Amino acid sequence: MEPLFTISRDDWSLHRKGHLDQERHKQKVKEAIKKNLADIVSEESIIMSGGKDIIKVPIRSIKQFKFRFNDKDQEQVGQGSGDSSVGDIIDKAKKGQVDQAGEAPGEDYYETEINIDELAELIFADLHLPNLKPKQHNELTDKEVEFNDIRKKGIMSNIDKKRTIIESFKRQARGNVFTAQSSVPEINITPDDLRFKTWDMKEKPITNAIVLAMMDTSASMGTFEKYIARSFYFWMVRFLRSKYQQVEILFLAHDAEAKEVTEEQFFQKGESGGTKCSSVYRLANEIIDERYSPEFYNNYAFHFSDGDNWPSDNHLTIKYATELVGKCSMTGYGEINPRGSVSTLMEVVKEVKDPAFITCTIREKEDVYSALKTFFGTQLPQ
Amino acid sequence: MNVQDYTELSQGIEELTVLAMERGLDFFTMHYEVCPADIIYTIGAYGMPTRFSHWSFGKVFSRMKMEYDFSLSKIYELVINSDPCYAFLLENNSLLQNKLIVAHVLGHSDFFKNNVYFSLTNRDMVQMMSLYANQIKEMEFAYGLDEVEHCLDAILAIQEHIDPWRVFHDGTRQGLKSKRNGTSPRNHHTVDGQELSGANVRSGKEHESQQAKEDTGEQYGYEEKDLLLFIAENSRKLKEWQKQLIYMLREEMYYFWPQIETKIMNEGWATYWHIRLMREIDLSEAELIEFSKANAKIIRPSQQGINPYFLGLKIFEALEQEYGEAFLFEARETYNDLSFLRNFLTKDLIAKSDMYLYGWRKQGYVITNKEWNEVKKKLLQQKVNGGFPYLVVLDGDYHGSGELLIKHKHEGMDLDRHYVEKTLPYVRSLWGKPVHLETVINGTAKRYTCQKSENIILN
Repeated sequence: MEPLFTISRDDWSLHRKGHLDQERHKQKVKEAIKKNLADIVSEESIIMSGGKDIIKVPIRSIKQFKFRFNDKDQEQVGQGSGDSSVGDIIDKAKKGQVDQAGEAPGEDYYETEINIDELAELIFADLHLPNLKPKQHNELTDKEVEFNDIRKKGIMSNIDKKRTIIESFKRQARGNVFTAQSSVPEINITPDDLRFKTWDMKEKPITNAIVLAMMDTSASMGTFEKYIARSFYFWMVRFLRSKYQQVEILFLAHDAEAKEVTEEQFFQKGESGGTKCSSVYRLANEIIDERYSPEFYNNYAFHFSDGDNWPSDNHLTIKYATELVGKCSMTGYGEINPRGSVSTLMEVVKEVKDPAFITCTIREKEDVYSALKTFFGTQLPQ
Repeated sequence: MNVQDYTELSQGIEELTVLAMERGLDFFTMHYEVCPADIIYTIGAYGMPTRFSHWSFGKVFSRMKMEYDFSLSKIYELVINSDPCYAFLLENNSLLQNKLIVAHVLGHSDFFKNNVYFSLTNRDMVQMMSLYANQIKEMEFAYGLDEVEHCLDAILAIQEHIDPWRVFHDGTRQGLKSKRNGTSPRNHHTVDGQELSGANVRSGKEHESQQAKEDTGEQYGYEEKDLLLFIAENSRKLKEWQKQLIYMLREEMYYFWPQIETKIMNEGWATYWHIRLMREIDLSEAELIEFSKANAKIIRPSQQGINPYFLGLKIFEALEQEYGEAFLFEARETYNDLSFLRNFLTKDLIAKSDMYLYGWRKQGYVITNKEWNEVKKKLLQQKVNGGFPYLVVLDGDYHGSGELLIKHKHEGMDLDRHYVEKTLPYVRSLWGKPVHLETVINGTAKRYTCQKSENIILN
C-alpha cells in the first residue's frame, strides 16, 4: 500500500529567492527615495537626528496598485469580545490626525529605514566640488595604512578569518573528508590554512577643507530661516567630508556685528538687532588671513540671510565679499526668502562677478536640495 | 531537530493521519517538509515553493520575516493545494505545535480534494509554476529584466480580473465568451500547461481577429469579465512573450481563486478538525495547556476585521449541532464563502460572536451598527467576486479606433479613486491604446479615461 504520508528535510540553504526579490524591492525603495530627495533632504527627523547611523525617512510607498473599493467611507465588519455596543471606539484617532490617514492621494507615505551614509551617497551622486585648485604646498603628507595583500605568515591579530576558513574547506574537500551525515564541512583549522592580511604604508597628501558657515541672526531671521540654513550646512559638511580627509567648520553669526560662535549658539542664538552683512564678510576675511591661508586650505564660505540688509552697508559688503571670493575655492550666498521677493542684498551681491561666487534663493523646505545642486552641481571653469 | 524529535514527529503524524481517516476525512497523500523559518516565509510570500521573481514578493517576504524576527507573528500552517499535498513544518516548532499544524492541514487537504470549487484546479501547479518561473527567467534574459518587470507590474495590477465561473458557461476555461445572440464559439487556443507554446497560440489567429471585431462591435453585444484574456487575445501592442506572460499569470490566478473564494470555510473546516483530532489523541497535561493556548490564539476574534478561522469554525459547529455530522461533509463539498455565509450565518451567530459594523468618525474607528442583517449584508458584499470590483470589457474597438471600454458594475461601493488613477495606466500600457473605465462616484455615472500613459481624465 502506498504510504499515507512522507516527511523530509531537505537542504534549503541555497534557496535564496525571497532574499533576492527582497533586494529588488529595496532597490525600488532606493529609487523612490531618489525621486523624493527634495523632500527628504530637509526632513527634520534627519537634520535633528544628531548623527545617528540609521535614520527613518518618509517615502512614497512602493505600492501595488489595483482596482479596489474605497473602503474609507465604507463601514467594515469587526468583532468584539462579547460586550461591544454602538458608539464604542475601537481605535482612537492619533494626535493631529483629522482625516483618516491616507485620505489624500499625496499622503501615501510610509517610513523606511536607511543608513545615513547610503542616503548621503544618493544625495551627492550628482554633486561635485567645483573649482578644486591644486594646493601648492601639498608636501604636507600623512602616512596611511593600506591592507593590500594576503600572506601565510603574519601576526594573529591580522588574521583573515574568511580566507582562512575557505582554505580549511578547500583542504577538507581535497581530502574528501566530508562525511555522509553532514554535508556541511566541519570547522577544523590547521596552521597551514591560516591566512593573514598584510599592509603597506602609503604616503598621502593631507587635504583639508574649511567651511565658513555664516548666518544672519538678526531679528528678521525666524525659525524657518534658521532651519533651512541648518539643513543646508548639515548636508554640505557631510558632502565635504566625503571629499576631504578633514573638514573643519566654523560658525560665524552676525546681526550688526559678527562673532565666531559654537554650533549650538549658531543655531540657537536669539534673534536681535539690525543687519550689517559686511561685518561677517570682514570677519571671514580676517579668519582666513590669520589661520587658513588659501595656499594650504580649501576654503568654502557660505552665507545665509533673508536679504534684509541696511542699505548703507551694501557697498562695504560687496567689497569684503569680493575679497573673500579670491581666498575661497567657492563662496555662496543663499537667500532664504519665503515671500519670494527680490531683496536689495541679492541685487547687490550679484555685482560680485566671479564664477566661484554662486547665489541661490530658497523659498521653501524643498529648495534645500536644489540649493545643494546649485552650489555643487555646476562645474566651474578652472 | 534531532533523530528522536524526528521519530516522535513521524509517530505523531501517523497517529493523526489514521485518526483523521477513521473520522471520515478524505485527503490527498500528504508530504510534509520540515524547513527553516526563512523558507516558510519565502513560500508564504510567493504562495508556492517556486514561483516567478517579482519585487512585490520580496516586499511581502521582508515584512513577514521581520514580523517573525520580532516574534510578532508566526505562520501556523503552510499547505499547498496539490496532489500529493505539500505541507510545511517549521523546524524549531515544538512537537505539539507541529502536531497541531498536521491536524489542521489534514482538514485543508480534505477540503482541497472535495470542495467543488477546487475541482478544476490544477493539482500539478507546483511543477507548473516552477515551469513558468523558468520561462519567465528566460524572458528576462531575452528581453531584459526591466522590460519583464514592467510587464509583470501591469499584469499583476489586474490579475484578479479573470472569469472564475467561465467553466459554468461552456465547460472550459478557454476562450472568450461568444456573443449573446450566439455566433459560433471561437477557435480558442489552450493555455493549459505544456501546450502554452508559441505555435499553438498563433493558431486560429486570423479567425480570431475577425471574430473579435464582431464580438466587440457596436452596441456591446456582450460583456467580457475576463479582462486578462480579452487583453491577451486582442491587444495589438503586446508581443508574443508578453501575451504568454498574461496567460501564465491568468493560469496562476485560476489556481488561487478558489482559495480566495473559500477562505472562511477552508480555515473554519481545518480549525474544526484540528480541534477535534487534537482532543482525541493523548496529550500530557502540559501539552494540553500548550494546545489550548495556541488554539485560543488562532481563533482570537479581530476587532477590525473577521478572523476566518473563528467565523468558519463557529458556523461549522452550529451546523453540526443543528443538522448532524453528515451535513458538515456535504457543506464542505458544495459551498463557497458567499453561499455558506448567506445560508448559514444566522442572527444568533452574529449576536453570539459579537459582530458589528464600524466606521471612521472624528474620534477614530467607532462601532456604528449592530443590526444583524446589516452586518450580514456587509459581509456578503465583501465576498462578491472575491472582494474585488466586478469589471467587464464592453468594447475593444471603442470610438472605432481600437480603444478599450471597461465598465465597473457598481453594486453600492465606489472605487478608490487614487487607485483607479494609478491602475488605469497599467491597463493602458497593456492595451496600447486609450482605455476608458465607466463607474459610479457618489451616485453619479462617471468615466475615467487614460489617454496617454499617466494622464487620467475624469468626466
